[in-house]
Amino acid sequence: MFRYTLKRLGWAIVTLWAVITITFLLMHSIPGNPFAKEGTMPEAVYNNLQHYYNLDKPLVVQYGLYLKQLAQFDFGPSLKSKTITVNDYIVNGFPVSLHLGMQALVIAIAFGLIFGVIASLNRNRWPDYVSMVLSIIGISVPSFILATFLINFVAVEWGLLPVATWSSWSHTVLPSVSLAMMPMAYIARLMRSSMLEVLGQDYINTARAKGIAKHMIIFKHAIRNAILPVVTVLGIITANLVTGSFIIEQIFGIPGMGEMFVKGIFNRDYPVILGSTIFYAAILIFLVFIVDIAYTFIDPRIKITGESK
Amino acid sequence: MSNILEVKDLVVSFHTFGGEVQAVRGVNFSVPKGKTVAIVGESGCGKSVTAKSIMQLLPKPPAEYKQGEILFNGDNILAKSERDMQRIRGNEIGMIFQDPMTSLNPTTKVGAQITEGILKHKDVSRKEARSQAIELLNLVGIPQPEKRVDQYPHEFSGGMRQRAMIAISLACEPDLLIADEPTTALDVTIQAQILKLMKDLQNKTGTSIILITHDLGVVAETCDHVVVMYAGQVIETGTVEEVFETPQHPYTKGLMKSVPRLDQDKKQPLIPIIGSPPDLMDPTEGCPFFARCEYAMEVCRDHNPSFEYMGGNQHASCWLHHPLAKASE
Amino acid sequence: MMKNNEQLTKEMFQKVHDNFEHAEKINRPSVSYWADVWRRIKENKLAMLGLILIISLSILAIIGPYINGYSYYEQNFMEKNLKPNAEHWFGTDQLGRDIFTRVWYGARISLFIGVMAALIDFLVGIIYGGISGMASGRTDNIMMRIAEILYAIPYLLMVILLMVVMEQGLWTIILAMTLTGWIPMARLVRGQVLQMKEQEFVQASEALGAKTGWVLRKHMIPNTMGPILVNVTLTVPTAIFAEATLSFLGLGIPAPQASWGTMANDALDSILVGNFYQLFFPAILISLTMFAFNVFGDGLRDALDPKLRK
Ligand SMILES: Nc1ncnc2c1ncn2[C@@H]1O[C@H](COP(=O)(O)OP(=O)(O)O)[C@@H](O)[C@H]1O
Ligand SMILES: [Mg+2]
Repeated sequence: MFRYTLKRLGWAIVTLWAVITITFLLMHSIPGNPFAKEGTMPEAVYNNLQHYYNLDKPLVVQYGLYLKQLAQFDFGPSLKSKTITVNDYIVNGFPVSLHLGMQALVIAIAFGLIFGVIASLNRNRWPDYVSMVLSIIGISVPSFILATFLINFVAVEWGLLPVATWSSWSHTVLPSVSLAMMPMAYIARLMRSSMLEVLGQDYINTARAKGIAKHMIIFKHAIRNAILPVVTVLGIITANLVTGSFIIEQIFGIPGMGEMFVKGIFNRDYPVILGSTIFYAAILIFLVFIVDIAYTFIDPRIKITGESK
Repeated sequence: MSNILEVKDLVVSFHTFGGEVQAVRGVNFSVPKGKTVAIVGESGCGKSVTAKSIMQLLPKPPAEYKQGEILFNGDNILAKSERDMQRIRGNEIGMIFQDPMTSLNPTTKVGAQITEGILKHKDVSRKEARSQAIELLNLVGIPQPEKRVDQYPHEFSGGMRQRAMIAISLACEPDLLIADEPTTALDVTIQAQILKLMKDLQNKTGTSIILITHDLGVVAETCDHVVVMYAGQVIETGTVEEVFETPQHPYTKGLMKSVPRLDQDKKQPLIPIIGSPPDLMDPTEGCPFFARCEYAMEVCRDHNPSFEYMGGNQHASCWLHHPLAKASE
Repeated sequence: MMKNNEQLTKEMFQKVHDNFEHAEKINRPSVSYWADVWRRIKENKLAMLGLILIISLSILAIIGPYINGYSYYEQNFMEKNLKPNAEHWFGTDQLGRDIFTRVWYGARISLFIGVMAALIDFLVGIIYGGISGMASGRTDNIMMRIAEILYAIPYLLMVILLMVVMEQGLWTIILAMTLTGWIPMARLVRGQVLQMKEQEFVQASEALGAKTGWVLRKHMIPNTMGPILVNVTLTVPTAIFAEATLSFLGLGIPAPQASWGTMANDALDSILVGNFYQLFFPAILISLTMFAFNVFGDGLRDALDPKLRK
């Protein structure tokens, strides 16, 4: 168990390093340099800036310096606004993004599981069809489309809920729902097929042959086992939530990290892009690591082999 | 009444996309108290469906009990509510399944899987249930039961898992134990151990057993009565001696020759029955064994023989025993 | 049955000899694998709906831009923001371009990106996964480790990053999407190859001296192609979705070319001034296309693996 954790941790670090290196190289492979565009800059200022951002040093040195910075959780200064660092952006934006992301994740998991279970227990009857139609729509409608439709109808036409900014809870409803829809649909489908498979297993018959009541079998035997595949994809689902949130934050004008990332893209603010990519990747890799370890607790078969299936 | 179980004219169908599968088509047999009854037959002939019908474990739909009665201690099980059935399952009738690798819940400790039934049916505390589980594991021959009780199924070997299954099924001392091919998935040496275990436990508790198996050697050694099934029907019944000494149905005779028997001379060649059982989706009017029978007569083509008394405890359904057949010989 | 007894005659108890022929006749006619798959998919109404949608969308992508005589880039400031009408069936956008024409032009781009991305993923995946699976041992191990690390980088994040760095254009988008997109396919192919190598019938037919080509055609391809085909089908909507997202972030196809994603992005502001239809058409088409490929892919999966459906 300990060795497994260590091994997984090692992998997480290697992966993070790969992400940092790839991102770093990509950002520095851009022809010219970010200040060249701002044509009328005096020579001295230009040189100062080059020096300030370490751009006058060889790439290897820059890479080393950047890694050192990162080790101290310092993502460096932003290019466009000279007084703000990337860390400031993260400190301001991340709590908002986290709030949105968690809310969406909870909605996605809770409703995804509920719909999946209900569908599987009513196979080929109307609750199954309703859940599955909903989830097919869910995976077919990209979050930004759903978001714009919700804004148009729920907010603009019917005036039911407010949009834009992030001031009260009611502001969070539409963005969370837009963001949650696709992962929810995905979880519902996965849970349904997983449940159907588990319900056909011999040990369900064993439990029935013991005289256990149906609802107990569903909770203690079926769901407990059917949920395992869902847990394994939580990492990917979260990754999709994060990338989905870039757009959702942009559409709803939510002052989170996603909005800052997108702004960074528009402004070609490379330290911001670099910093937030690494930050996102670190969070996701950490989450996948947590999910892997958590999995060993809910699936006892993993422990003994020390390998995921 | 000396029969713990009587199955009378049981008809079970499955409604599938392709049509109605008549898996069980009029099955009759009974299980005397304290005895072991074997159900034999090729795979797909309705043995498991019959067994699951007794426990009412078949999902409805697609299954439908179309006809017949299953009298357990004189009460018709098919007329009972799901609630009543839950009281009977595990408590009065226990069941063991074929594949020990898949019949235990992989994410639940073995001990918890044993106590689950005890806690359901008996008024005992968790602690008592746990000590009963340890006792049961000991009884079925699992070493270090105190340690094993907290382990998961994947930490058990196949034979051990089947022992654990037996512990589960016997946890509430049922009056009837149904074992559906309990040894088919196991190694030969372990098969013998498991069967011996079941027999020993029967001697201790007086449980009646229905043993579904392919292995006629096992039947000869451990059972009192035999029920031979073919294409969803019972085609011969009798005591083990009767059926083995004087099989009345050509299928039973073929079965004797086609499967290896531990109690028989190894050198005797095995002669497989040619062809395969009929499609139960659309069975013929005639004898289901017609197409494979070396004694087939014109009458067998369109007329299904009835189940007739053969003397002793033996019954069989075959036109060969009709007076006209004997006359034309 | 006993009730038949009256009709029983002595003749009926004559022995018969032709009965064994019956026993042999039970073998059903064997249908070819793909014919069987096709038959099952035809029974699946949703999958057929998906297929019909895919075909219709493809046809409209080809002929759609020529139907009503406008061009996708022609601006007409006299006809800005017209609601759908007899002239402009889907209305016009903020630059007075005909949305009907643009939408089908966008369909070309979106479908082209989706299909190309899927094909490239498929090819790279087959080659990489195939080599990895065939090689086994250390080569396999190293190749899979590399794939694992690349795969841990969030897909869309990677694509966005690449698009920031590279010059915008149709092929750059496809390149960005396939740069890590092939990995799931490679893993799948490798898994299939390993499984195949284990299969007794392959070993057996090789032992019996069957030609490699024959083994490939008869066993390997039908058995491995199923899951791979499903994966290819489901890559198309993923790529279309990724493209739409990129365009939405302003990293998509440069103007005057248009994809559904760029059109939706352009139309975003229109919601607030009540021109929702400008967003509606590209949005519906993205969703319809994703829906079509998803349900068809699902249907294909079910048809290839009837056990799952029961
Ligand atoms: N759930 C089901 N749906 C449809 N047909 C079934 C189902 N279960 C069993 N059958 C059919 O019933 C027949 C008898 O099956 P079974 O009792 O399992 O045979 P066995 O004697 O090998 O135990 C088979 O032809 C099988 O195809
Ligand atoms: Mg069976």
